[in-house]
Amino acid sequence: MSERITGASALVRALEIEGVDVLFGYPGGVALPVFDALYHSEKVRTILPRHEQGAVHAADGYARVTGKPGVALTTSGPGATNTITGLANAFMDSIPMVVITAQVATHVIGTDAFQESDMTGITMPITKHNYLVTQAADLPEVLKEAFHIATTGRPGPVLIDLPVDVSKGEFDWYYPETVSLPGYKPTYKGHAKQVKQAAQMITKARKPLLYVGGGVISSNAANEIKELAELMQLPVTTTMLGKGAFPEDHHLWIGMPGMHGAKYTNYSITETDLLIGVGVRFDDRVTGKLSTFASKAKVIHIDIDPAEIGKNKAVDVPIVGDARGILGAITAELRKMGSEPRTDAWMRAIDDWRNRFPLHYAKEEGVLYPQLVVERIDALTRDREVVLTTEVGQNQMWACQYFKLRGPRMWATSGGLGTMGYGFPAALGCAAGRPDALVVNVAGDGSIQMNIQEMATAKLNDLPVKNVILNNGYLGMVRQWQELFYGKRYASSVLDRDCPDFVKLAEAYGCFGIRVTSPDELDAALTAAFEFDGPAIVDCRVVEEECVWPMVAPGGSIDEMLGGVPGGPVSEMLDDDLIEEVWE
Amino acid sequence: MQHTLSVLVENKPGVLTRVTSLFARRGFNIDSLAVGVTEDLTLSRITLVVSAEDIPLEQITKQLHKLINVIKIQDLDPDSMIDRELVLFKVNAVPDRRHEVIEIANVFRAKIVDVGKNCLTIEATGTADKLAAMEDLLRAYGIKELARTGKIALARGSRDS
Repeated sequence: MSERITGASALVRALEIEGVDVLFGYPGGVALPVFDALYHSEKVRTILPRHEQGAVHAADGYARVTGKPGVALTTSGPGATNTITGLANAFMDSIPMVVITAQVATHVIGTDAFQESDMTGITMPITKHNYLVTQAADLPEVLKEAFHIATTGRPGPVLIDLPVDVSKGEFDWYYPETVSLPGYKPTYKGHAKQVKQAAQMITKARKPLLYVGGGVISSNAANEIKELAELMQLPVTTTMLGKGAFPEDHHLWIGMPGMHGAKYTNYSITETDLLIGVGVRFDDRVTGKLSTFASKAKVIHIDIDPAEIGKNKAVDVPIVGDARGILGAITAELRKMGSEPRTDAWMRAIDDWRNRFPLHYAKEEGVLYPQLVVERIDALTRDREVVLTTEVGQNQMWACQYFKLRGPRMWATSGGLGTMGYGFPAALGCAAGRPDALVVNVAGDGSIQMNIQEMATAKLNDLPVKNVILNNGYLGMVRQWQELFYGKRYASSVLDRDCPDFVKLAEAYGCFGIRVTSPDELDAALTAAFEFDGPAIVDCRVVEEECVWPMVAPGGSIDEMLGGVPGGPVSEMLDDDLIEEVWE
Repeated sequence: MQHTLSVLVENKPGVLTRVTSLFARRGFNIDSLAVGVTEDLTLSRITLVVSAEDIPLEQITKQLHKLINVIKIQDLDPDSMIDRELVLFKVNAVPDRRHEVIEIANVFRAKIVDVGKNCLTIEATGTADKLAAMEDLLRAYGIKELARTGKIALARGSRDS
């Protein structure tokens, strides 16, 4: 017995079958049939943001903490083009999402109809795949494929462009059990010979180093990393997207690498004789000058995407496949070989650097440092499940440096795209996906204003996100670059700490707002915000012209860092030759 | 260096754009392009000629593999492939010189496919070299119009070699 069903109802039914429990959607003319169908769904909770960009970032944040694909829905034209930044962001960070944009009716596509934009054309380079659905009967297959593609292999966003006549059109309901994609067959199992070779290299290495990225989070391989690291006593550096993949209070954890990594982390990469990259893409913010990055090391690279192998850095042993299975196989091989750890001397060298060049800041009495704010967020929430999100800029770097994550999937930050305005809406998605956790967004006074409208979404949908604004009255990271490389000419980077009044703004949305002007007030204000039953803003008036240290100048070698020496004035650490090189 | 890529794709709307945009994004020009359905009606073969260094080309090839609709890619070895182009030449040919043009066409085993009062249209197939040589000779008579297909190519030998 076949059942006639509209495209819109089929879409909602497919979402239910795919296990979607939350959808971030903003309606409009041609999206109305789908919203009408959603109105009747008891399984899918629809959250209305205040801007479509908010919807897509929220879906992204939801995906990062739950591991399930995030889903967003918008209308055509401007609603659809407002998803672009969110799609590009998720694509860069390999986040599984299905974004559905409504489209004008098929018979007027291509006529510059009202609110028409060519979404499959526009999003081709920023989606893993996209679809224009031209008849209702195609919808089940498209949806099945979209969820499959978004969540398998190297995950990523998939866009479905859905014309209004297709969502109104009727067909006999069916839902496929499987997909048929002859051109899409991701490799999961690592090559046995290469796994063996990797195990032999790890056994022989004197200065091995695990370099762990977002792929380990996607593959849910944190346990396997820990097992391998502990078996062979391998130091572990986690990239910004890999944060949480290894316990940050563990002796073997040696911090985040790259432009604002600790000196000891970058020195370790420079000195290692075997770099084991897992789910990483040798991004320029990690490697700095490629020719000097881990130049003394043999390289093992484990990644599910063959296009990443050898893209930036030559690799000795490539292993294409799923990190979790491959790490397990390497560990099993090492056990079989009876390999013993031999990294004592290596760890002593790293600890020596760690003691000499710890992450630090000035800590003058009575001064509210942004780093202190992050440290206190960490300290005050030690006994709770905390999901941390960040905006982009100095706030993000200080969050990376001074907050110790509790585990995987408790972190959402914009990596590859560096999207200001990501953190707050992403935090809403995290709160929707992890209602049990405290969700804190570390923000700057610049980036929070890029999606501040979502305060209403937070308030009205019971998403009690705590925004902690490191308010320094500048676009801090821009100002830092201008201080260092543009003769302190602060072109268009000066904001105003009093505009807006963030406390009043929080109150205007019916949320909790509090201002902190000195370190004495900090703990009480943070505690009050965290205890408050609802969204909050903590406006921290931090020291204005603080820089993120240490720093690798853009294009510089990662072992040549500015700052980062305790007691050493920063200005003396500036190497003129190095800064010259930046301009060459 | 010039590469001839043979890309087997699903025969669906938009696939050609997905493939060519990977070249455009990197600023590579496509020297020649031919697309047509294969023996399997659900599949098309795209034959592309591009000038690219080996390393960026390897990256593009890997990215092509990532496209959901791309099934197989071959970077054909110039020494073991069959490649052909087809050209239509519309050449000035007043009656008293017409036989000369026909003679050139015959030498190249080309066909006269249309005759006008003062011109001939010639259909020629062959490798790019042969067609260039023929074009060179015909230019003396005046080529009024010219249209050429992109190169199509297959690897020599058995299907799975």
